Amino acid sequence: MIETQDLTRRYGDTVVVDGVSLRLPERAFVSVIGANGAGKSSVLSMVSRLLPMSAGRALVDGLDVAATPGDVLARRLGILRQDNGVAARVTIRDLVAFGRYPHSKGRLTAADRGHIADALAFLDLEPLADRFLDEVSGGQRQRAYIAMVLAQDTDCILLDEPLNNLDMRHAAAMMGLLRRAVDERGRTIVAVLHDINFASCYSDRIVAMRDGKVVAIGSPEEIVTPEVLRAVYGIDVEVVMVKGYRTVFFYR
Amino acid sequence: MHSGRAALRPLHVLALLGVAILGLAVVFMTIGANGRWGFVLPFRGTKLASLLLVACAVATATVLFQTASGNRILTPAIMGFDELYRLIQTGLVVGIGTGGFGDPRLRFLAETGAMVLFALLLYRWLLARTEGGLHRLLLVGVICGVLFRSLSQFLQRMLDPSQFVVLQASFFANFNAVRPDLLALAALLVLGAGVGTWRLLARLDVLLLGRDAAIALGVDHRRTVTLVLVLVAVLVSVSTALVGPVTFLGLLVAHLAYRVMPTYRHAVVLPAAALIAAVTLVGGQLVLERVFSLNTALSIVIEFLGGLTLLVLLARRPR
Repeated sequence: MIETQDLTRRYGDTVVVDGVSLRLPERAFVSVIGANGAGKSSVLSMVSRLLPMSAGRALVDGLDVAATPGDVLARRLGILRQDNGVAARVTIRDLVAFGRYPHSKGRLTAADRGHIADALAFLDLEPLADRFLDEVSGGQRQRAYIAMVLAQDTDCILLDEPLNNLDMRHAAAMMGLLRRAVDERGRTIVAVLHDINFASCYSDRIVAMRDGKVVAIGSPEEIVTPEVLRAVYGIDVEVVMVKGYRTVFFYR
Repeated sequence: MHSGRAALRPLHVLALLGVAILGLAVVFMTIGANGRWGFVLPFRGTKLASLLLVACAVATATVLFQTASGNRILTPAIMGFDELYRLIQTGLVVGIGTGGFGDPRLRFLAETGAMVLFALLLYRWLLARTEGGLHRLLLVGVICGVLFRSLSQFLQRMLDPSQFVVLQASFFANFNAVRPDLLALAALLVLGAGVGTWRLLARLDVLLLGRDAAIALGVDHRRTVTLVLVLVAVLVSVSTALVGPVTFLGLLVAHLAYRVMPTYRHAVVLPAAALIAAVTLVGGQLVLERVFSLNTALSIVIEFLGGLTLLVLLARRPR
């Protein structure tokens, strides 16, 4: 379970995350939405221990992320950021195998190989497994990284804009996969999303942020309304029902 | 079947390189030896040992540095290491003169210590920062290099010509005047660094994924990078203090190793780089002694032939 208490991040006098206290549900898909610069990624980075916090704390399964050894957390929390540059030539299988590092410390066991094969199959990457990461498309690479995080076999997974660089088809497929990881495997996934309609169609819970604060948290029915979205983004939108899902029209 | 092939090939390459260095070593020890073996073998043995030692140290240091900085263009040399060595040498000549340098072992340890200290202060401080790390690192490294060079040039103006000649000789890598007692000391330090590297192997592989992914996988990034930099500092300092600057060799052999090895794993890339470095150094010294009759410096041979090789490689497979 992920919990934050009065989480704050300052750069000089600028406050980018301002006292965020959250308790996120388990075995659920949680989307974090908000305008650029609302502090979404900063919150995720602090929970992931990638960014030190100015004040407050973050807990994963009751463990304070600032005080818990990295390898203990790595068996409970998987993280994927937007910019992933690998300094060497690795194949997709190698990359996914890195996901087992917290468990195997570099010496793969039969159980590790099982997890790797499983993650490759889950993301439909078996035909590409021996291709080098720099020889596949952006969407395939993104799937490979997701497979690595799944192979890590953690209960909680934090994703910073997992739909970045994906076209409509691949974005929808990715969201379907993440949804299945929650429904079939009981994972907890927290994802920063920019596409409000994806958040609306796939989330169990939406956290809406503005200016470093959480302005609303609730189910898609509660969050995807013209009133709340005006408070979050500062624009007027129209919400229409399509196939039973609340869909936002804001293009003109 | 693919994994079988992938597991075999690196070992094949390593075996091939091993055979090459063995052959070169035998040639090096025996070619044109028409004196008493009791003199030839220890004399050439010392030289061969120092070549191999420097090869291991420089190759390992470069690969480690590139992994820690997440960049395959940087080398410890670009970051002002060689210039610091020259500054220390110049300072010694200005301060003490060319004659009485004191106990060479003491001097060796002092030089090594000074360079390790400098490297730690600079790289630890720079690499520990997350934002804009690489560019700032490069900039500060280059500036430090220029600063050290200007300082030593300034000091050199104050020398008389004969002192300057002695000083200049120490600026080129020289394997002909290595003392056996220094060699043993250096071997001990390099061995220690080697053991340290061995214990870090798995974490080094994870570092290739970048800081964020390494932390996500539970590697203490700050601590690991610091450890790696200590190892780099020790290795570079030892080899530079032993024979002088071998600037280009590390970059060359690291890239050759990345090319010939079909895997990212440090467990095979590091030995490969060390073996390639050994082949290059021993081969270069052979060419130097037999073709040019010692009329030039080893670094000139290596930088000319090695530079050409690297250019050809880069042109043939762009990546």
